[in-house]
Amino acid sequence: MSLIWAWLADPANWTGSDGILVRTVEHLGYAGLTLLLSALIGIPLGLWIGHTGRGRLVVVNLVNGMRSVPTLGLLFVAVLVLGPRLGGDLAFLAPAIIVLVILAIPPILAGAYAGVDSVDPAARDAARGMGMRPFDVLIRVEVPCALPLIFSGLRSAALQVIATATLAASVSLGGLGRFLIDGQAYRDYGQMAGGALLVAVLAVLVDLVFAAVQRAAVSPGLVPTTSRRSIRKRLVPDPA
Amino acid sequence: MTWFLGHLPQLGSLLLTHAVLAVIPLLVGLAVALPLGWLAQRYRWLRAPLVAGTGLLYTIPSLALFVLMPLVLGTGILDPINVVIALSVYTVALLVRTVADGLAAVPDEVVQAATAMGVGPARRFFTVELPLAVPVIAAGLRVAAVSNVSVVSVAALLGIAQLGSLFTDGFARDFVDPILVGIVACMVLALTLDVVILSLSRVLTPWTRRGRTA
Repeated sequence: MSLIWAWLADPANWTGSDGILVRTVEHLGYAGLTLLLSALIGIPLGLWIGHTGRGRLVVVNLVNGMRSVPTLGLLFVAVLVLGPRLGGDLAFLAPAIIVLVILAIPPILAGAYAGVDSVDPAARDAARGMGMRPFDVLIRVEVPCALPLIFSGLRSAALQVIATATLAASVSLGGLGRFLIDGQAYRDYGQMAGGALLVAVLAVLVDLVFAAVQRAAVSPGLVPTTSRRSIRKRLVPDPA
Repeated sequence: MTWFLGHLPQLGSLLLTHAVLAVIPLLVGLAVALPLGWLAQRYRWLRAPLVAGTGLLYTIPSLALFVLMPLVLGTGILDPINVVIALSVYTVALLVRTVADGLAAVPDEVVQAATAMGVGPARRFFTVELPLAVPVIAAGLRVAAVSNVSVVSVAALLGIAQLGSLFTDGFARDFVDPILVGIVACMVLALTLDVVILSLSRVLTPWTRRGRTA
């Protein structure tokens, strides 16, 4: 325990190009870029599937199937296969981001789909009865009603991405995982455990930020839904 | 394919270790989650703290948890016990909510009928409530099993030998074949556990197969 505090308390470990601050920013950078890309793909696709009801089976099987793929293996294959073709700085970064995006899409997609799918049919009918066109029904009724589950999917994905971004260090990228990998290489347990503690704290903090944003964004009328709880259970992330 | 055929014995032993590291936490996790889930269901005020508290454990990334375990347990960093306990923690985190939900879904009439027939609380739990909650609990267990198999492989980064070692070895030697074999082996193992749990759940709940709603 004292090893961790010694490592965390040393100001030299916080600053510089391989300090804790830079590594945290890198970690958040990988996670942020990944979440942005996967949300851009997963949310519209999930909304479309939920709105039209097409391809439900694909969603269920995709989410369950991806869970069984070992992340670490996928990451290594992507780097070995794609890396040499890309070259330069991108050789490690692009495959890692691609793998992270592949992991993050299923929970986001499932959240968006389940959200739209669980909208009260009466609300949808009422919107249609008021003369809304299908697109308006989607944007002005279904999406706001689906927000709790969309957030649930995003939060699952965020946790998974922050956890998996730790593995990026094993393919010579940065991020907080560096401390775990380097600490092990130098047999410096303080650095390893300190890095692990920072990743855990970061994951909890990011989840809290999402919870706060969710609270601000979701209509108060939707908060005590019963369906949300039952579906969140299905969307729990893998601790990759 | 040649690599696969040439390394079958090694693959077999890695697969076995991997299976053991993934399955023991399932059993431990279930054993811990059953009483906790029962408490969460029996005493409503305990539900929020129990479910949220164990859920919080789930946010800790696996590699971080593997590394931090020696601090809590006093074990060595290479000890496979770290992996077993860490995965048990995840399994508990996942199952407490599932067990509570499964028990909550048992129809009140059934519980009351059992009570009226003079079945005591303990016997009622094991012969009525728990069996009826089996399908829900099994669903949670399947998720935990499949994700455990994937997470175990991460421990290879710390040097704990199992199928994940094929990933680290292959990567270190710039050789894709063992990594692909490892991925397929992991997925086959996950699928096998999934099917086993599903079959067990079917066997334990014969009434669900009669075309009646249980």
